[in-house]
Amino acid sequence: MTDATLQNFLWIFISALLVNNFVLAYFLGLCPFLGVSGKLETSVRLGFATTFVLIITAICGWALNTYVLPHAPYLRLITFIVVIASTVQFIEMLIKKLSPSLFRSLGIFLPLITTNCAILGLAIFATNRNYGLMESFVYALGAGGGFTLALVLMAGLREESELSDVPTLIQGTAFNLIIAGILSMAFMGFAGLFNS
Amino acid sequence: MATPTTPYEEMMKGLWRENPVFIQVLGMCPMLAVTNSAVNALAMGLATLFVLVGSSFLVSVMRLLIPKQVRISSYIIIIATFVTIIDYSLLALFPKIHKELGAFIPLITANCLILGRQEAFASRNGVGRAVMDAVGMSMGFLFALLALGGVREILGDGALFGINLFGPNFEPWVIMILPPGGFLTLGLILLFFNWITEKRKMQQLKFQLSAEKV
Amino acid sequence: MAQNSPQTPEQASEPSSFRLAATLAIAGLISGIAIVGIYELTLPTITYNKAEELKAAVFKVLPGVVEMKKYQMESNGLRIRNEKGGDERTLYGGYNQQGEFVGYAIPSAGPGFQDTIGILYGYIPAQRKVVGMEILESRETPGLGDKIYKDLYFVSNFENLSIDPEIVTVKKGLREAPNEVDAITGATISSKAVVRIINEGNQRWIHNPENRIPNHGIPLPEKRNP
Repeated sequence: MTDATLQNFLWIFISALLVNNFVLAYFLGLCPFLGVSGKLETSVRLGFATTFVLIITAICGWALNTYVLPHAPYLRLITFIVVIASTVQFIEMLIKKLSPSLFRSLGIFLPLITTNCAILGLAIFATNRNYGLMESFVYALGAGGGFTLALVLMAGLREESELSDVPTLIQGTAFNLIIAGILSMAFMGFAGLFNS
Repeated sequence: MATPTTPYEEMMKGLWRENPVFIQVLGMCPMLAVTNSAVNALAMGLATLFVLVGSSFLVSVMRLLIPKQVRISSYIIIIATFVTIIDYSLLALFPKIHKELGAFIPLITANCLILGRQEAFASRNGVGRAVMDAVGMSMGFLFALLALGGVREILGDGALFGINLFGPNFEPWVIMILPPGGFLTLGLILLFFNWITEKRKMQQLKFQLSAEKV
Repeated sequence: MAQNSPQTPEQASEPSSFRLAATLAIAGLISGIAIVGIYELTLPTITYNKAEELKAAVFKVLPGVVEMKKYQMESNGLRIRNEKGGDERTLYGGYNQQGEFVGYAIPSAGPGFQDTIGILYGYIPAQRKVVGMEILESRETPGLGDKIYKDLYFVSNFENLSIDPEIVTVKKGLREAPNEVDAITGATISSKAVVRIINEGNQRWIHNPENRIPNHGIPLPEKRNP
């Protein structure tokens, strides 16, 4: 049981955002990260949608972990994945109704949030560490923020690189991966940032 | 490229020509996370093999019974079941490996490769072909995992499968087993793949040109 | 992915909601049975493995111990815990060949450099000393932070360590007082985390006037034959 002080919450948030960034340190959420269209705006919107799903998943995961799973631990994976699939379905309908243009611009990436390992990963990590409700929420906020941050950085860098002379051999995923490697190295500098 | 016709070809295409990692760029998350050593890579590859073959088999058998509207949810339920089975089996039989792979065993469920194969292939083909395809794709995936894991372990730890290669004076390139090393190594391997593909194209082009001259 | 394979059957234009729901329900049912099945099948092995692993760790951190018991701290004192599992008020007691209480094996965990570090350490009340430390769980940086269990010299610091007033890390090579630990060069934060986690354990079980663990442990129900 971790103690629920403000300092603890801050550590969880900053850790997920920077130190143990979900994309650059834990390798979660790579499909959208590498496949991102390179447009800054789409990345921000996808990041927000994903953060929203993360928060709902974290809260439901906490509820399941507290009330249901102690009696049936083996149901963990299947209940989580059902929650995630349903949440994404719900968000799809919501966005379609509220902003059809956003729905169109996100395209295939919206249903793909279901197989985003970051979401399932968050649920598993949070329940492994027995986070309380507030802690899960803060964790999801940090993870979503970190994911959005990584996506935005990548999209920005790709937009820049479109104007420069990249050898044809490297173009595509290889290039993205090398950029990701350098970004990851930069983020390693955050380790030890928050030291109690 | 000719479409595969025999079951054997169905299987082999997953190894190189339609390799899930290098060509299709699927299954990225576990690729980078568990390849910090060759043993972990091997374990993850075999676990994925179990889940993919099992799911493809079941999906293919049930393909006439599953209505189109709920197919994705059904696939996910099937996949999650197989993953839970392998998760508990590994915990019972190989607890050390289970600890190393950690949360990435349940994360096999989110591996786009598996869901992708159900949607693209297993739901539209007979059991025999579906299983062959699953075996081939898993082997391609395993091959990619081992390639990455091997390189990272050799450079980052001076060992392969835990066997020390270079002796005590080798100063390991630690970044290789850290996240940046994963990204960079995979990027370079993809680069290498692109280069080979380019070379082949050039050779084919030269061959065609010289054939036309005759 | 939108090709129509000749093998896909002709579907009715809109299967009934009942059919959709039924398919999912049946899939869920079969899945549930399979999952419960594998769980029950593997449960004995998994429980056994966990128990063995814990026993091995307890024996390692308390030298001379051949038997262990699980304790639970209740509001009215310490008692032997026979139920499975444990919580943050569970710890372990070790006994030697003669069946005498030797010391406690205390679990403690906390944030390290990279992620949470889980530790089990041995404590002998009569000497007020930590006599062994085992890292149960760590995800520290390979090559640097992971030295907290790979560097045998660092681990040996915990074999004869006084806990009063509290354990302190010093720069490597400067260890003098009985409550000091040499930090690992290049892994200061991980080293300090280990010491902090042990201090927190001591604070909870030893220095805290409420719920303090007794010096004599709990005697075994019957005397063992040497």
